[in-house]
Amino acid sequence: MYLLNRQQRHVVNYSWMLFSLLIIAFLPFMLFGGLYFKSFLLLKSYTLKDLIFSHSWHPSRGEFGFYPFIVGSVWVTLLAIIISTPICLLTAINVTQYAKKRFLRIMHPVIDILAGIPSVVYGVWGILVIVPFISHYLGPWFGIQTMGYSILAGALVLSVMIIPFILNIMIEIFRTIPTELKEATLSLGATKWQMVKHVLLRKALPGIIASVGFGLARAFGETMAVLMVVGNVIKVPHSVFDPGYTLPALIANNYGEVLSIPQYDSALMFAALLLLVVSLFFNLLMHFFIARYNKY
Amino acid sequence: MKRTLKAEETFFRILMNLTTAIILIILGIIIYSVFEKGMKALSWEMLTSVPSGGYYYGKGGGILNAIVGSLVLAIGATVLAFVIGLPVALYMNVFLVRRKKLVNLIRFILDLIWGVPSIVYGAFGFTLMVFIGLQTSLLAGIITVTLFILPIMIRSMDEILRTVPMGLSEATYSLGSNKSELAFKIFTRQSVSGIITAVLLSFGRAIGDAASVLFTAGYTDNLPNSLMEPVATLPLSIFFQLASPVPEVQARAYASALVLTVIILIVSLFSRGLGKRYHKTKINF
Amino acid sequence: METAIKIKNLNVFAGKTQILHDINVEIPKNKITVILGPSGCGKTTLLKCMNRLTDLYPELKVSGEILINEKNIFEPGADISKLRQSMGLLSQRPYPLPMTIYNNIAYALKLRGIRGRRKQSILVMDYLRQANLYEEVRKRLREPASRLSIGQQQRLCLARGLAVNPDIILADEPTSALDPISSRFIDEKFQEIKPHFTIVVVTHVLRQARRIADNVIFMYMGEVVEQGPAKDFFENPQEEKTKSYLEGMFN
Repeated sequence: MYLLNRQQRHVVNYSWMLFSLLIIAFLPFMLFGGLYFKSFLLLKSYTLKDLIFSHSWHPSRGEFGFYPFIVGSVWVTLLAIIISTPICLLTAINVTQYAKKRFLRIMHPVIDILAGIPSVVYGVWGILVIVPFISHYLGPWFGIQTMGYSILAGALVLSVMIIPFILNIMIEIFRTIPTELKEATLSLGATKWQMVKHVLLRKALPGIIASVGFGLARAFGETMAVLMVVGNVIKVPHSVFDPGYTLPALIANNYGEVLSIPQYDSALMFAALLLLVVSLFFNLLMHFFIARYNKY
Repeated sequence: MKRTLKAEETFFRILMNLTTAIILIILGIIIYSVFEKGMKALSWEMLTSVPSGGYYYGKGGGILNAIVGSLVLAIGATVLAFVIGLPVALYMNVFLVRRKKLVNLIRFILDLIWGVPSIVYGAFGFTLMVFIGLQTSLLAGIITVTLFILPIMIRSMDEILRTVPMGLSEATYSLGSNKSELAFKIFTRQSVSGIITAVLLSFGRAIGDAASVLFTAGYTDNLPNSLMEPVATLPLSIFFQLASPVPEVQARAYASALVLTVIILIVSLFSRGLGKRYHKTKINF
Repeated sequence: METAIKIKNLNVFAGKTQILHDINVEIPKNKITVILGPSGCGKTTLLKCMNRLTDLYPELKVSGEILINEKNIFEPGADISKLRQSMGLLSQRPYPLPMTIYNNIAYALKLRGIRGRRKQSILVMDYLRQANLYEEVRKRLREPASRLSIGQQQRLCLARGLAVNPDIILADEPTSALDPISSRFIDEKFQEIKPHFTIVVVTHVLRQARRIADNVIFMYMGEVVEQGPAKDFFENPQEEKTKSYLEGMFN
């Protein structure tokens, strides 16, 4: 009836499990090692300081200054976080403390769908809605002539993309705060808003900070949607209406055409390595931050 | 004092309702704008044929190559990730149940690599391809996307498997089961609905991501017919068509975006429906 | 009187706290032995030591010996699957496997090594009858076990426990979650099958102990206070603690 007996099947299953586990355990090291190995050519001939702080990007002349891309990425990411954090925070409080239970059931699929919409579709939406909005309304309103493809467009699209991510974590955090604590505060005669302000927010603060940190890490690496609306001009931006260029966009736009210049190839891998390091760093930081706070 | 407090609460409640409304409205606008623009350009021909000569200048043809390519690539990656991911999730929850610290370390690593941007996987996938001498191809795309969705798949399954009660393990062991029987017979059955949700979630990620397949899967106007040849994907077809200066081609990009969105919505509907359906064999404790 | 299980110098630590102190107990064959005591006195832990379910809990450290058929079950190289198969377990609340009613028992048969659909099917029906469940589920054998009531689920677990063909039945407060009718059935079933099995029942319900016990082990705070035949234990307790417990001082 069976090809193998129980013991043999156990051995097969067990070995397969261990093998799979090894793949996972080595994945982060392989990612780091692989990218480091490829960017070594660049790191060998330039100092890290030159690469990060130099403004001039002329691969054909052998000049690799990542500064414009880093600044572009930082602007887009920070702006997106600034826009979406208050929206997420207020909505999470509303959904968990004020709204009816039924409403949370409506909100869950909304978050799921927002989280599930592919990056490219967000990009298309940005081109259809955000870019014209900026060039026709927002720009003129500030007296600025712009095509709409700008740091601001990238940040707006990105802020919508990370809303489901941050909101989800925040809702989970507010839900873990024990009802007894809230009831105890209310029974002292505090109003609901006082309870939210003094107990809920204070208790949830580490979690809120962590959720923003995770959102930041996620936003920093987002590629396609930002690439489609940010303008892709290699220049340090001076205003949010200027076009910019981000690190992920740099990789995505140029890969494949660059194999003829080995250093260029290596430079793009260095960009990927930077993204990896930033992502790992922020995630690690937030994990330790939470672990530390959970002790108290 | 009392009055300012009341005013403050009212102010913030209005603000809260406003932000909640903003989120709902944004989702509405996204869906509406993609549907409105997409429906105009969508035609039967687009869904059922591959690009003919001059397609990218506005002539006839469709995006069947990308639709089929995306499905094949995403299914391939999901299956591969499942074959690797399920055993890992089971191993963590059955075999390592006594090693809480080790399990938490694995969870931590998985969370870390879950956060790595997909473009990094794309770049890494390309390095790996060059290293083992693989061309841009369906296979390379599948491998890269698999790596990208593995942490998502494992952690989602893990969250479900860890809710299996200890009493069920005790009952199964006391019948004389060994660990792998407990894992593959009992844990999987108890968690079917959650496992399906995890698989569909990963599938959704796999089919929607562009950055990881950009340099690994390549692009072609033909239907996929070999693991070793490039394959077209929907996200990339949207991207490339949008870059065209021809308005008809741009309109087709919107239609392609509509197709991709509909696929994602169907997957998410399915995951809710199937999850409920398979709930019945699960024992509720 | 033949001894089925002999426990020698058993100590169990959970981290740094000791939850079982130097347990020395003999459990007679083909009798019902009741482990009695207030909640949290280590009864369940003692029961779980007997089929080594304590292995599942990393914080538990077990030392000492448990002899079954003259063999120490903690000896390295002991076949744990065999050991567990020689004991049927009935836990506090029923844990049916996530399968159909039929397969819940067929699975136990398969593990016991019984192959062949006909043979399995005959035995499944037989065990369901023994657990007094057959008439109720006859028409829904292919339905998931989760659809049964709690009482029915516990009887299914009893049938499944019998299906591994054990010598010993371990029951951890098996009736605490059940309705009175199902409870009475389980108690009566134990009486009926005891000529063929050694039965160990954990309970904190004095009435139940009086009703079913042939032999009593009384535990308090992780120690065995008194053990012996039920008649002596209830009518002529030796220890002060036993007396006050029997008078209802602890509950």
